[in-house]
Amino acid sequence: MQSLPPQFTRWFASKGWTVHSHQQEMLNRSDAPALLLIAPTGGGKTLSGFLPTLTDLAHGDHDGMHTLYISPLKALAADIKRNLTTPVTEMRLPIRIEDRTGDTSQTRKRRQRADPPHILLTTPESLALLTSYEDAPRMFKGLKRVVIDEIHALAESKRGDQLMLALARLQTLCPDLKRVGLSATVEDPAAIARFMARHPDPCPILLADPGPPPDVQMLRTSEAPPWAGGGAAYAIPAVLDQIRQHNTTLIFHNTRAQAEIFFHNLWLANDDSLPIGIHHGSLDRTQRERVEAAMVRGELRAIVCTGSLDLGIDWGDVDLVIQIGAPKNVKRLVQRIGRANHRYNAPSKALLVPANRFEVVECVAAVEAVLDGELDGEPRGPGPRDVLCQHILITACAGPFDADTLFTEVTSAGAYASLTRPEFDACLDFCATGGYALRAYDKWQRLVQRDGFWSLRDPRSSQRIRMNIGTIQDTDTLKVRMKRNRGGKPLGEIEEDFAASLTHGDTFLIGGQIVKYEGLREMTVEVSRDAVKKPRIASFMGAKFATSTQLSARVQRMFTQDSWPELPDHTAEWLALQREVSQLPQPGRLLIESFPHDGHAQTVFYGFAGRNGQQTLGLLLTKRMEDLGLHPLGFVATDYATLIWGLDPVTDPAPLLDPMALQDGLDTWLAGNAMMKRTFRASATIAGLIERNTPQARKSGRQATFSSDILYDTLTKYDPDHLMLDITRQEALRGLVDFARIQEMLERIDGRIDHRVLRKVSPLAAPLFLEVGRVPVKGAAEERLLAKEAARLMEASGLANLTPPPSDTPRWRVGG
Amino acid sequence: MSLIPAWLIARKQLRLHPFENTHGTPVSGQIDVSIALAVGATIPHERSMNLGFDFSLSGANLTALGSGALWWAEHRLLCVSDLHLGKSERIARRGGTTLPPYETRDTLTKLTHDLERCAPQTVVALGDSFDDLGAANALPADERNWITKLQAGRRWIWIEGNHDPGSVKLGGTHMVELKLGALSFRHIATPAAQGEVSGHYHPKAALNVGRRSISRPAFLYDEARLILPAYGTYTGGLRTDSEPIRSLMSAKACAILTGPHPTAVPMPR
Repeated sequence: MQSLPPQFTRWFASKGWTVHSHQQEMLNRSDAPALLLIAPTGGGKTLSGFLPTLTDLAHGDHDGMHTLYISPLKALAADIKRNLTTPVTEMRLPIRIEDRTGDTSQTRKRRQRADPPHILLTTPESLALLTSYEDAPRMFKGLKRVVIDEIHALAESKRGDQLMLALARLQTLCPDLKRVGLSATVEDPAAIARFMARHPDPCPILLADPGPPPDVQMLRTSEAPPWAGGGAAYAIPAVLDQIRQHNTTLIFHNTRAQAEIFFHNLWLANDDSLPIGIHHGSLDRTQRERVEAAMVRGELRAIVCTGSLDLGIDWGDVDLVIQIGAPKNVKRLVQRIGRANHRYNAPSKALLVPANRFEVVECVAAVEAVLDGELDGEPRGPGPRDVLCQHILITACAGPFDADTLFTEVTSAGAYASLTRPEFDACLDFCATGGYALRAYDKWQRLVQRDGFWSLRDPRSSQRIRMNIGTIQDTDTLKVRMKRNRGGKPLGEIEEDFAASLTHGDTFLIGGQIVKYEGLREMTVEVSRDAVKKPRIASFMGAKFATSTQLSARVQRMFTQDSWPELPDHTAEWLALQREVSQLPQPGRLLIESFPHDGHAQTVFYGFAGRNGQQTLGLLLTKRMEDLGLHPLGFVATDYATLIWGLDPVTDPAPLLDPMALQDGLDTWLAGNAMMKRTFRASATIAGLIERNTPQARKSGRQATFSSDILYDTLTKYDPDHLMLDITRQEALRGLVDFARIQEMLERIDGRIDHRVLRKVSPLAAPLFLEVGRVPVKGAAEERLLAKEAARLMEASGLANLTPPPSDTPRWRVGG
Repeated sequence: MSLIPAWLIARKQLRLHPFENTHGTPVSGQIDVSIALAVGATIPHERSMNLGFDFSLSGANLTALGSGALWWAEHRLLCVSDLHLGKSERIARRGGTTLPPYETRDTLTKLTHDLERCAPQTVVALGDSFDDLGAANALPADERNWITKLQAGRRWIWIEGNHDPGSVKLGGTHMVELKLGALSFRHIATPAAQGEVSGHYHPKAALNVGRRSISRPAFLYDEARLILPAYGTYTGGLRTDSEPIRSLMSAKACAILTGPHPTAVPMPR
């Protein structure tokens, strides 16, 4: 057993703390090449990761950087710096700690490269940027340890893949580098261990005491939740009551728009003027920081938030977590619950608030799953090649490289261990020449090979590559500011598509205030304050959470029951009503409901095939409907059902589901779909084909930039085998579509269809109208709607009389 | 039966010759633009079809084609603006990314189709025909020959744009502006003009239909002027509610959305 140096023992004693057994174990095994610690929130996890570093640096004989700390959040890096500085100062340790994120000043960043601190706290993107500099070997000289915090969150995304490629680079520079991963509770620790260790190094897993089980319940309210609706407005009085009874409450929402509406309603009902804040990723940074600071000072009684507060920061006094809306995913729920009560060995307290009756069913299933200790998750598959392409470009920025060496290095990252040489070479070729069937860039290659080494043809391009480092995919957003003579107060951001739908005088919610759209100026949305009661809703990017398969299966089982004693009366009655007006979906059969709503013909297919499966069904069916002249306009998929809306009603669904017909012309339809284009845009941006940031400001107006859809269409037309399309298809197969599941479903139901034609929305269908992630269908219906709306506008404006309309009797004909 | 689309699994068997498009028709090097069409022969299958949206400017009767080209029947003149040929080459040359190098052939394919349909005696390329003069001179031989074939038997005018201010080594006449009848053709609109046809701004108009916003390249016209949408494949658009379009166009301006059925609306502002 490795003992702590005396000043550490004294310091722990002065705080009245003892060293947790997992902290001691981390110290004992500090020589392991890789080590993964799984511990609940509040288990002193961060200190466990740093103890070996602090004791090693206590001697004061280390030159240069010793430990690199990586966290998924900038705010977390800053927070850890505060937390580490306390023991270091109090024990008078000769250790310099600094953070480096996108918010660090340029002067400071330059100084850090010349004179690195002992401990550098940073994010995967900032690290990737550091490895792109020619002086990286000097900066990281002597580096001994890397601590990856919240690795479970990173392992789920491409940010983690990028990080592991950067670590492979660092491992070449510093062969003795030890890796430590800190993770919250996950379903498959071994997968994370494989992901973080240098392949094929072993990575032992330490499991800390998980602590007492959480106290999680559904919030009881006197009022019943509505049939549909995402606001949970009915629960406002009960939630306020809970806020009063606790020190600090975190109120989580699944989407930013829902958080805005809830905050707005909470504020209207807040008669005691309790200090309540709002925090989400679309708010302006200064606004978010103000809320975070107030929270740290303990001035807020509640914060309405989204995933932006999912991770790490130790707020201290949070004693209740409220989840508004069904949690969709048990693992995330458990991690959110962990945000309450950061004291070790105290149970976390959480309340689930369903927004509608369907969510009551989902919440009951989720509570059962939490109590059963059932976590969910999907294996991620091999390392994505778009991230690899970016890594190759980053490597080229740092200096000439040898392809064989880079291949060896890249395949030492767990996720890329199975990458083949031809796959690697295709990525390298893409980075060098674009990888087109038409070899057009012999003269202007991005990378050229000289004396066997690859390097940038034009050294100036390193600036552009560095400006586009990162794998986080934001939708295009526009800044929102108050309209003033010279630049008013920044409020946050809205999606470009939403901004495009605004016209002068429209109102929407942002940062809890209602504002009025005034106009667009130089890529900024200008707004003014407005006093209306009912705003249009800001459609922020809805991070769409898929319900895990486990939860979905629990829900499906509940539907087959005769009665529902475990559900509140109002929800049991609601399910009974569904049985009365339509029916509940039955195993081995496919329930389809058709009804008019919202001016369109709506059809719902309850396939219970998971979101990817239902999404695939949406793609297949809208294609068939387009073929059959039913003018589909779009669809949205949940884990249970697909809702399709269009201009003409479905009267006989059987021909829609004919497997032979479904296949006919599917390829073209699929390739042209908006969903594929979205996927392409994300991958092409990561791979460096599309540059989001260029040295020329974006201000100059949009006519200089063109849509990524055009690139996609051009490639599918002229170069269908191109690497980017191959990557797009792979991405779609891993996260968007699931043909096998639909095929299996069609075989299972074997034509047993229950088609219910209803006069209005059924109880079960109502929640579908709130789903985000609607996929538009751009077919004949769009032309029809466009012509109708154009005629109406021309008539209304009086311009129709001045302009000859596109009549049936053209004044001019070819040859006529 | 397998529902898994071949398109997602393997593409190899579908590999096309680089000079073929997905329809398998030759698009380059083997162009056959019939000269017969160029002298005004009739096109039987188009006889009863409306070509596009008809309107008038300073007494000239014009047609906005869904492709983004302008047809002036009286003079058998076809006008296209902002082709931006060679854009991918220019971006790569300047150290940017290597975009799919197919935009020139895609734009020329579209233009070939419009020429076959209308058989103009005069073609006016309204500026920014090339992404820069370097791109014009770097056009591959087959694309250069393609343009030459399109020019055969008709008058071809290159109007200078801000991207291509000077002559290019291709057939046709180079002009700063062209006056014909009541109309004058130049690249960038001038504030006091009458009967002016220009391009440059790549206008696009957005229309809210139900819950979706449909945005397309658009022709803009009012009592005094007409602004053409960008015709080239690699071009973006500037919304009609942005400056300077808003100040340039009068209150009575209309936008004609391009697409399968060109449609006029009051210009969104």
